[in-house]
Amino acid sequence: MKIHEYQAKDLLRAAGVPVLAGRVARTPEEAAAAFTALGTPVCAVKAQIHAGGRGKGQVIGSTQRGVELAKTADDAARIAKGLLGNTLVTIQTGPEGQVVRQVFVESGCAIDRELYCAVLVDRRVGSPVLIASTAGGMDIEEVAHNTPELILSEPFDPDRGLAGYQARLLAAKLGLPTASWRHAEAFFRKLCAAFVSLDASLLEINPLVLTKDGALVALDAKMTFDDNALFRHKDVTALRDEAEEEPAETRAAAAGLSYVKLNGTIGCLVNGAGLAMSTMDLVKYHGGQPANFLDVGGGADVNQVTEAFRIILSDPHVKAILVNIFGGIMRCTTIATAIVEASKTVGFTVPLVVRLEGTEVEEGKKILANSGTAIITADGLTDAAKKVVAAANAA
Amino acid sequence: MSILVNRDTRVICQGITGKVGEFHTRGCLEYGTRMVGGVTPGKAGETVVGLPVFNTVAEARDATGANATMIFVPPAFAADAILEAVGAGIELVIAITEGIPVLDMARVMPVVNASKSRLIGPNCPGVITPGQCKIGIMPGYIHTPGHVGVMSRSGTLTYEAVWQLTQLGHGQSTCVGLGGDPLVGSSFIDILTLFQADPDTHAILMMGEIGGSAEEEAAAFVKQHVTKPVAAFIAGRTAPPGKRMGHAGAIISGGKGTAEAKLEALRDAGIEIAESPADMGQAMVRAIKRRG
Repeated sequence: MKIHEYQAKDLLRAAGVPVLAGRVARTPEEAAAAFTALGTPVCAVKAQIHAGGRGKGQVIGSTQRGVELAKTADDAARIAKGLLGNTLVTIQTGPEGQVVRQVFVESGCAIDRELYCAVLVDRRVGSPVLIASTAGGMDIEEVAHNTPELILSEPFDPDRGLAGYQARLLAAKLGLPTASWRHAEAFFRKLCAAFVSLDASLLEINPLVLTKDGALVALDAKMTFDDNALFRHKDVTALRDEAEEEPAETRAAAAGLSYVKLNGTIGCLVNGAGLAMSTMDLVKYHGGQPANFLDVGGGADVNQVTEAFRIILSDPHVKAILVNIFGGIMRCTTIATAIVEASKTVGFTVPLVVRLEGTEVEEGKKILANSGTAIITADGLTDAAKKVVAAANAA
Repeated sequence: MSILVNRDTRVICQGITGKVGEFHTRGCLEYGTRMVGGVTPGKAGETVVGLPVFNTVAEARDATGANATMIFVPPAFAADAILEAVGAGIELVIAITEGIPVLDMARVMPVVNASKSRLIGPNCPGVITPGQCKIGIMPGYIHTPGHVGVMSRSGTLTYEAVWQLTQLGHGQSTCVGLGGDPLVGSSFIDILTLFQADPDTHAILMMGEIGGSAEEEAAAFVKQHVTKPVAAFIAGRTAPPGKRMGHAGAIISGGKGTAEAKLEALRDAGIEIAESPADMGQAMVRAIKRRG
C-alpha cells in the first residue's frame, strides 16, 4: 500500500525524524493560507500523487511542473491552481498521468548538499538494510546501474535496530562534516526504527538534505507498506487514498483477490501468481493482449471467484475470458461452481475458455458439463491460449 | 534416493485442526506420506483424521519421532510456529502459509540459519518425492517417480511443469516449491546443491520469475558447480514494470530483475530456456538430449 508524501512526513515527524513544517491544501485559498501560516520566505508547493518524478513532471496542456517554489502567498495560490484538478504526467505515471487532488505546501530550508537514503528489505541478506548515497536527487536505479560504488548499504536486525557505529560509518563515507555526525546518527537510527515499527516495505528519502547549519532533513519521503502486515496497523490502513488507486484493483483487494489492470482484450482468471504471469506470457506468445493479471489464490471460495468474474467483466475492453486453473489448494469444483453461479448472476457477455487441471478436476468438469453453461473447454495451455485468442479476434 | 523427503520421513502438521490443515493432512495420508500427528495449542488429546493432536511441537516430536513438519498456521502466528519447530529440533520445516509479514521472516531467518533445521517456504506448495512422500498441497496424481529434480518459486506453475514432464514420460526425483515471498528459507542454490549431489537426480528443471536476483545467482552457481542438464522458465516476461504481480517478489523496476536479464544469465550458464510455459517439459527433454 502506498501513501502520500505529506502522510509519510506526518508519520516520520511522529517518529522523531526531522522533516520541514508543511500543510496540505485542497484549494488555492488553502495554499495561500498555508504559505502565510508557515511564515518562511520561500515555500515549495508540491503535487500529492502516488508516483515519483513530480519535480520534472508536467501538467497536461500547460507548462506547470509538479513541484514549484513560491515566494508569496499569491504565488502559492497560483501554483496550486495550476495543479489542483489537473492531470500530472511523470516518468512513473505513464502517459495517461494522474489527477492532482491535493498539494503540500512546505517551508523551505538552506540546502548545502543533497544526498539519498532508503530503507528496504534485502532478499540476499535476509534483513532490512539502510542504503545511502551521495547521489541525491537523482534516479537511484540509474546510479546503482552505472556507478554501483556510490551506493552504500548497512544491514540491520529489525529488533536491535541500526547500531550507532553503522550510522557514523555511513556519515563518514557520505563525507558529512564531523559536526553533523550526531545529527546523522539520530536521523538514520530513527528512520530505521520507523521502518520497522510501521512494517514498511520501502522508506525512501530522495533527496536527504544537509542544511547550511549542518542538520539533516528529509526533503521528500516515499513510503510503501507490507500489505501482509496491515492487519496490525489500523492507523496506517486508514491513510489509504482510494482515489489514487484503480477502482477495480481496490474492489479486488477488498475481495481478497490479486488483480492488476492491463490494456488488452483477454480477461485472465488464474490461480497462483506464477501461473497467472505465465498465462499472460502465453496469451501474448499466441498474439493476444491480456486485459489483466488476476490471481484468485488458493483459499478463494465460490463468492470470491464470482466477484473475480464480475471485476473482469466490468472492463469494457474484455472480448474473451480465459480461465486457467491448476488446482492445488484451490479445488476445480470451486471454480466450476463459481462459473455456473457467475453465468446465472452476472451473465457472460463474452466467450469463456476454460482449462481445468489438478485437485478434483473430474468432478469440476462434470459440474460444468451438467450445468449447460456455454463454455469453450480446452486441454492444456497451448490449446487454451489459441482458443481464447481466436475468440477475442472473432469478437 | 531423492532429496529432503522419502518414505521414512515422519511428518506432523502444525495447524492440523484448521479446515485447510485437516484437508491437506488427509491428502498427504492418502498419498502414502507417514503422517504421525499434529499440533494445535490447547487441543491436545483430540484426534484429526485418526492422528493424535499435541499442544506443542516438542511434545509431538517426543511422542511420534517426527523429523518433518508442515505448517498451515494463519499468517499472524506462522513465524512463531516456524520458530517453535526449529526450537524443537525438527530437521525439515515446510511452511505453506501465505501472507506472513516480511519483517516477521527477517526475525526468523537468523534463528533458522543458526540451527540445524532446513526451512522450505513460506508461501510455497511444499515438497514431494513421487511415490514416497508428499508434504504440502500439490495434487499427487500429476507426479510420477523418476529422475528430474524440479524446483520453483511458484506453486501452480510447478504443477504445470510436473504435469508436462509426466506426460512426456519423464518422472521426478523430488519437486521443491521454494515459495513466492521476498524472504524464504531455501534458495535455488541450496536445492541445486542437493540435486547435484543426489545420484537419483539426472536432470534439473527450474521455474523462476521476474524480480530479485535469485535466478541470476542460480545461473552463476550452475555454471560453476552443476554438471547435470538444466532447463529453466522465467514467468512474467510480458509483465509491465513497476507493478506487483501477486507474489511480493514479482515486482520489477528499472533494469533490475527483468526477465531479459535473467534469461541472459541462464543462457550464459548453458541452461536450456523454455520459450513459453507450454514448453517447460520439452525444454527439459532438449537439455537432456543435448547432453546425450
